[in-house]
Amino acid sequence: MTDKADLSRRHFLTAATAVTGGVGLVAATVPFVASFRPSARAQALGAPVEVDISKVEPGALLRVEWRGRVIMIVHRTAEMLGQLVTIEDDLADPTSVESEQPSNVDARHRSLRPEILVVEGVCTHLGCVPTPRFEVAPADLGPDWHGGFYCPCHGSKFDLAGRVYSGFPAPTNLRVPPYSFVTEDVVLIGTDLGVT
Amino acid sequence: MLTTSSDVMDRLGRNLSALTVWIDDRFPMTKLLKEHATEYYASKNFNFWYGFGVLASVVLVLQLVTGILLTMNYKPSSAEAFASVEYIMRDVDWGWLIRYLHSTGASAFFIVVYLHMYRAMLYGSYKKPRELIWLIGMAIYFCMMAEGFFGYLLPWGNMSYWGAQVIVSLFGAVPVVGEGLAEWIRGDFYISDITLNRFFAFHVIAVPLMLLMLVVVHIMALHEVGSNNPDGIEIKKLKGADGVPLDGVAFHPYHTSKDLVIILVFAIAFSAVVFFAPSLGGYFLEHANFDPANVLQTPEHIAPVWYFTPFYAILRAVPNKLIGVILMGLAVMLPVFLPWLDRCKVRSIRYRGWSYTLALSVFVVSFLVLGYLGLQPVSDLYTQLARVFTFTYFAYFILMPFYTSWEKTKPVPERVTK
Repeated sequence: MTDKADLSRRHFLTAATAVTGGVGLVAATVPFVASFRPSARAQALGAPVEVDISKVEPGALLRVEWRGRVIMIVHRTAEMLGQLVTIEDDLADPTSVESEQPSNVDARHRSLRPEILVVEGVCTHLGCVPTPRFEVAPADLGPDWHGGFYCPCHGSKFDLAGRVYSGFPAPTNLRVPPYSFVTEDVVLIGTDLGVT
Repeated sequence: MLTTSSDVMDRLGRNLSALTVWIDDRFPMTKLLKEHATEYYASKNFNFWYGFGVLASVVLVLQLVTGILLTMNYKPSSAEAFASVEYIMRDVDWGWLIRYLHSTGASAFFIVVYLHMYRAMLYGSYKKPRELIWLIGMAIYFCMMAEGFFGYLLPWGNMSYWGAQVIVSLFGAVPVVGEGLAEWIRGDFYISDITLNRFFAFHVIAVPLMLLMLVVVHIMALHEVGSNNPDGIEIKKLKGADGVPLDGVAFHPYHTSKDLVIILVFAIAFSAVVFFAPSLGGYFLEHANFDPANVLQTPEHIAPVWYFTPFYAILRAVPNKLIGVILMGLAVMLPVFLPWLDRCKVRSIRYRGWSYTLALSVFVVSFLVLGYLGLQPVSDLYTQLARVFTFTYFAYFILMPFYTSWEKTKPVPERVTK
């Protein structure tokens, strides 16, 4: 035996200790990082909500809140639905290929029942609330406006199915939340599984 | 026995020096004082640009003191936050002063630090061997941005709310994990009571702790290599027989007495804002924030506070959301690389070529114009302008290795000038 230290052995042990300690340290942060996730209470408060739509007249809008977002429920008239087809050339994603919506929702009119639109009032650009503007050709939005949603923050325009017009900062159509009909007049927002 | 006052003073002096010796045997008090003040030699030709570091420390202390006092009456819950700020403003003795000092202090912090950084760009203070000081400084700047962002939500005004909404949703632009990441930051499906509570924790504990430690490290690194000067020359090269740099004077009392004057001038300007225009026409405290947060109603026009607007203008100038977020992040990060982008051997703008003066001017104009545009509502003209100045902002950094290598510099003096 010499009194010279075996350096390569020592380096190996140093590295092995550091790696083992490092892995342990990372593992120990898991609960800390996970504590940032929505808590059980936040998840419970974010549970689906039931909405009675029997009093929403054709052409009218009902706002409800779900998970701190505005959910806009629009009872579309036949005239409104007719317009959805004529403006498709001006839209960025008319068949909702890029956009988020439940799979059981029609790609064009974007709803389960054509006349009832359920859409999140959250601009897909930076999360502002788009203003419903259902009148045709108002002074401030110009003669090309066929009714829809207008975002006051950065000027994105959406049609009466929440589909975004091309050339505006919002990248995709307004999101359609998962929802289902409990009865003819009651919508359950937050799940597309119906009452379970 | 008759005791004269000189006797008393004499005895007090003896006791004090005995105490000093007692402490020095146990803690390096005198040693630290010498290293960092009475025997820390900095160039004798410092101009006013060298006052902003001291001012930043003064504002930091002001923010800590007023911040601690505010937490004593503020309630970090969505139901009570807005009302508790009103309570501080109306019912707490001097509460209005403490809050206005804190809100004005936030803007003053950024003004002072932006000028402090500009000084480094003027005189090449980020160059070898001071790269690490610059990097630590950038880390301090990022902490300040985090501090400003978290703190802005706390009053729970409508602009607070939607500002946080917009910035958190930027993380949602990250492909695949974005939405989960935004949810993880908020701790909820929207900006809620939970979000407010954790932003409060970040604002009053986590970030200030980091900020304080980084400031200590920043100053330690500075005192290790020594301060730069307006001529950008190394004063340690020429030393007298006593080992003191010929162009250096002790930080205390020479620089400290000059700094007192600078602090006084700053305090006058600062007080003018606090007492006569605390919201500074909506730039320091935005008008929309006098309405409580409303989940269902976005303010007419959303703009962040002025110190973020140059980057916000870049975000808005890009039609694609993801690329906009990436460019904005890059714009914030690019100054980190200055020590390696700048290939010129000469530090100070006094002896650098016209090309650097031109480039720096283009940068300053771009930054200021973008800052203005970020405050304005969107229009076609402004978007076009923002694109032009986004381009020149990036050009300053990306073309730097080229224009600084071809730069024709002037001879650098041996000793500092005026």
